[in-house]
Amino acid sequence: MLDKKHIGHTFKPFTTTVEAGKIRLFCKAIGEEDPIYQDEAAAKAAGYRAIPAPATFLTAVTNDDPDKGGLLRLLNVDIGLILHGEQHYEYLAPVHVGDRITCQSKVLDIYDKKGGALWFVVSETEMKDAGSGKPVAKARSVTVVRNPDAAKKA
Amino acid sequence: MANAPKFTDVKVGDDLPAIKLPPISRHQLALYCGGSGDHNPIHVDIDFAKKFGFKDVFAHGMLSMAFLGRLTTSWVPQKQVRKLGTRFTSITWVGDVITVSGKVTGKREENGEKLVDLEVKCTNQNGQNTLEGTATVALA
Repeated sequence: MLDKKHIGHTFKPFTTTVEAGKIRLFCKAIGEEDPIYQDEAAAKAAGYRAIPAPATFLTAVTNDDPDKGGLLRLLNVDIGLILHGEQHYEYLAPVHVGDRITCQSKVLDIYDKKGGALWFVVSETEMKDAGSGKPVAKARSVTVVRNPDAAKKA
Repeated sequence: MANAPKFTDVKVGDDLPAIKLPPISRHQLALYCGGSGDHNPIHVDIDFAKKFGFKDVFAHGMLSMAFLGRLTTSWVPQKQVRKLGTRFTSITWVGDVITVSGKVTGKREENGEKLVDLEVKCTNQNGQNTLEGTATVALA
């Protein structure tokens, strides 16, 4: 089982820069061909101040944590046992290439279903512009852990 | 670039133009591993996936959520997207052919913005939903 004492745990914040090359690779992977994500002139013509980050590129921002995997280490869970249950983004301000974003995550809830065969960990990440401190997005994620006890016995 | 529909022209029940995607490939999963920074080997290393009880590697849930993002921003410019969320309801395997679709479920005004609520989903070649999500966009 997972330890519910971790509910409320806050992780160390980190700051990362949104990079054009990373967005290009992300777009290639997802099949996004809109020129606003590749070409600054096209982005500006469409009313953006620079190349915007695609809607779900925020996952790449949060994955840029230098202390990546902190949630799994906190819970003592192997990465092979997790599945993504839910993901929700709230967009508060546009994020562009060159922006420096500060991410702060915390554990909101931990609960089980099916008599402990599945555990659910709800976490939230607040993203702010590092310069102004203005919130740019909020991410809420549900991570599913498959049968953590069986794994520990193995 | 999306030319946004007008709030007054949009009706509850309207469909968004669906997108049928090419089959999910191992190459795509490798690209997404690098592009997203999600380096979980279960999506790219078949030996690792088998060790944890899976028949093969499978797609990152967030890759499919990116398809929901593509659908939404093909309908309205990205700066007008206020919320995007989803449940991951079944696994997407290599070779699966995903169709992304959506429809208007509500219209409302909040904080001086005209908002449209959408149901967005990914469906595989067997008609099974792999993602069931919602989005909220602001229209003029």
